Amino acid sequence: MTQRSTEPILEINSVSMHFGGVKALDNVSLTVNRGDVVGIIGPNGSGKTTLINCITGFLKPTLGTIAFHGRDITGKKPHKVADMGINRTFQVMRPYFTMPAYKNLVIPLSSPRAKRVGGWRGGGRHGDRNTVAVDILEELGFERDSRVPYKLAGTLPTGYLKRLELGRCLAMRPELLICDEVFSGLSASEISSLVPLIEKLNAQGITMIMVEHRLVELFRVANRVMALSYGEKITEGPPQDVISHPKVREAYLGSEEDF
Amino acid sequence: MSEPFKQRRRERIDRGVKVRSASIYALNSLEEIGYLLAPRMLLTCCFLFMPLALSPWPYWGRVGLSVCILALLSISFDFLANYVGLVSLGGAFFYGIGGYISAICNTEFGLPPFLAILVATILGAMICTIALLPCLPLRGIYFAIVTLMYPLLMIRLIEAFDILGGTEGFRGIDGFNSFWTEQYGLVLGLLVALFALRRFVNTDAGLVVRAVKDNDQSVRASGISVTRTKAKAVFLASLTGCFAGAYYIHMYSNVGISSFALDLSIMPIAATIIGGSGTLVGPVIGAAILVPLSELLRDFGSLRIVVYALVLTGFVVFRSEGLMNFLTRKYQQIERWVDIR
Repeated sequence: MTQRSTEPILEINSVSMHFGGVKALDNVSLTVNRGDVVGIIGPNGSGKTTLINCITGFLKPTLGTIAFHGRDITGKKPHKVADMGINRTFQVMRPYFTMPAYKNLVIPLSSPRAKRVGGWRGGGRHGDRNTVAVDILEELGFERDSRVPYKLAGTLPTGYLKRLELGRCLAMRPELLICDEVFSGLSASEISSLVPLIEKLNAQGITMIMVEHRLVELFRVANRVMALSYGEKITEGPPQDVISHPKVREAYLGSEEDF
Repeated sequence: MSEPFKQRRRERIDRGVKVRSASIYALNSLEEIGYLLAPRMLLTCCFLFMPLALSPWPYWGRVGLSVCILALLSISFDFLANYVGLVSLGGAFFYGIGGYISAICNTEFGLPPFLAILVATILGAMICTIALLPCLPLRGIYFAIVTLMYPLLMIRLIEAFDILGGTEGFRGIDGFNSFWTEQYGLVLGLLVALFALRRFVNTDAGLVVRAVKDNDQSVRASGISVTRTKAKAVFLASLTGCFAGAYYIHMYSNVGISSFALDLSIMPIAATIIGGSGTLVGPVIGAAILVPLSELLRDFGSLRIVVYALVLTGFVVFRSEGLMNFLTRKYQQIERWVDIR
């Protein structure tokens, strides 16, 4: 376990997101402290991904504010938010299909943030960035000497694509890493190899928000969990408390009257 | 009892020329260096010897230059369409802006042709990029339609307000000193543009540009501004287009609203399809086929367009990948028939 402080890194203040008459998010607040691994759970359509889209600038919340390190980032452009160190994976994986896997990482490595924070400048014509990209992929379980890192991303199986999503974020040297369902669609053995990786990244000092449906694995890594249902925050707290909360059980399993 | 039916299939094997380790390309022998260099040298030599070969016939010399002009516009189209994902019908806009700026530089400010072309190329590219900024968030057919509007808009503006010489345009623009400067200036310009763009798309910055075509959301999530990346790419493409336009008006010593003609936006598409999209060299080959063909067909009068259309249709139906992709495959792979067992 890493040292967790009470220094807030991300503050979400009563954020609402309305699409016409649909309230995808309704008055949701959440504070993430440095070193936290915060889990966000909830049934399908409860607004988890919408919340992530609001944080990362892909959506502008209808109401409420979001602050990163005390600076207001509500409605900032996605690339500006990413440049500040909030990096996300996509639930539906978005690799660059026409490029080899390692070239997928050269793009974030060419970003202004990577140059500034990581000090990764392309040495010579290609040199440096390609090597760093393969280094990061190796850490994520792409065998360096195999052909996997050099294969076209479009030909890789889901397990590798999920790692590639993580890799693209890690190349940005994130402060806050937001994982949108990295465990979904993976086999049990693939998940069990990813869990230590998540723990290791957290130990390196990366704060994380994880949206998950795989509760068992999530509760191994998360130290705090927020539950959403129909865009509303039901409860927040340590994993054990959240899972035994009656409203959470109701949201997942239906209320007793339904039976 | 009939004999068992024998089936054969075509086997394709890549030639093992490049050996990659980390980021080093290792070449084993002179033969392999030659193998890699041969196509490049062939193309370069063809263009460098073209003026010499055509010098006895000034008419065909001009046709050779028209090939280069169309090649430049087609490279610009191919780069935007197949590397950045912006299908641009604004080729005529780049071309016309370059032409008019060069004409003004030459007639109003008395700059010599080559200096006027240089100014027109850079200034023109800046103007084109700024003009296209509002449509950069558009994609696909929407971008195509909006960029098609630009050259049409320029024609109407010039006609309606009688600006920039009105329908007359500018006349008496300085030409080049000699046949040879005219020929080699353009040939060198084309070769520089071609090899520079080919080099650019393989650098890390070029990779980011290609990533925008592949998946712009991921580029955003990587902290890179998509609009800025597209703007850079449009700048590079309009450099090429403006150079072509600026050069052309000095060849014929006049510029008019025909510099914004729609053909200049459409012909590059045909050249790119015939030559092979996404190769940058393909469009040059396409232009080298289309322009002489259309000259040869001049005798057919109105039937010319029919033959022209048939050739184009033939290519689209039978070689939709384009000549360059076809030739590359033939050159880099060994093909043989093997029995299926």
